[in-house]
Amino acid sequence: MSITLNDYLILSTIIFMIGMYGALRRKNLLMLFFSTEIMLNAVNIGMAAISKFHGDLTGQMFAFFVIAIAASEVAIGLGLLILWFKRHNNISLDSLQSMKG
Amino acid sequence: MFEVVAFYLFAFLTIAMFIVTVTTKNALYALSSLAAGMIFISAFFFLLGAEFLGAVQIVVYTGAVMALYAFGMMFFDSINDVKESVANPKLTFLLSGVIALLVVAIFTAPIVGANITAHYPVGISGEHAGVVVGNAQDVGLVLFTKYLVPFEVAAVMLLVAMIGGIILAGKKMDISVTEMAEHDIDHHRTDSEIEKDIK
Repeated sequence: MSITLNDYLILSTIIFMIGMYGALRRKNLLMLFFSTEIMLNAVNIGMAAISKFHGDLTGQMFAFFVIAIAASEVAIGLGLLILWFKRHNNISLDSLQSMKG
Repeated sequence: MFEVVAFYLFAFLTIAMFIVTVTTKNALYALSSLAAGMIFISAFFFLLGAEFLGAVQIVVYTGAVMALYAFGMMFFDSINDVKESVANPKLTFLLSGVIALLVVAIFTAPIVGANITAHYPVGISGEHAGVVVGNAQDVGLVLFTKYLVPFEVAAVMLLVAMIGGIILAGKKMDISVTEMAEHDIDHHRTDSEIEKDIK
């Protein structure tokens, strides 16, 4: 018995599902950011596993770029979040309805 | 055998931590469990032979991203419980399930094809010299040849993100509250409130 690619992909899917559940369920913008991080990490596991089991380094390269994008997303997103909190004094998704869409 | 035990141990720990992150009402618990989950995920990278990626995961996520969140949370009232209202929870479950199934299909479709050849096989940098090299050397060779342009674009993007973050979060940070007297702080706060009322 050994760990196969399928096991890693199933794990990746479970973690992605947890992140997706959080992104849909939570109404707090900070929790939404956390869920996004979970989803990005789930994809990273999948890419690293495919990289290992196909003997190809491209998956790991993409995981690096995903990490770089996640880091810049956090910097910009948190800046916007702080700006929003200073103006409206809460970070609930329901307060983001100024356009009444 | 060791790999199997480690995989299931870390899989259980990671899933448990992330479930705590998405279900807890306390923002501080969510942050702590997310940081723990990130470290446990790096264990998978070490198991998969991607040591460099595992080290980057620990340094970037728990070192930089979590610290950024921790500093950002000082601006919010994170002691209080997160208040939320959920309109229809069944739709959430349905959408999550459908999207997860889609993700499985997307990830397994290329494996069903099974005629994929490796463009950049593991261990290429040591092939011509006849020596065994580590993962970091492999990554370096591929990253600075084939992926040099995306690497530089990512560097520029990180610079843009840093400047954007400073400009967005750093407004009105020229006023240092620690150097002001108690009376001046109160006075300043009333000033900003008057400003808000005028808007």
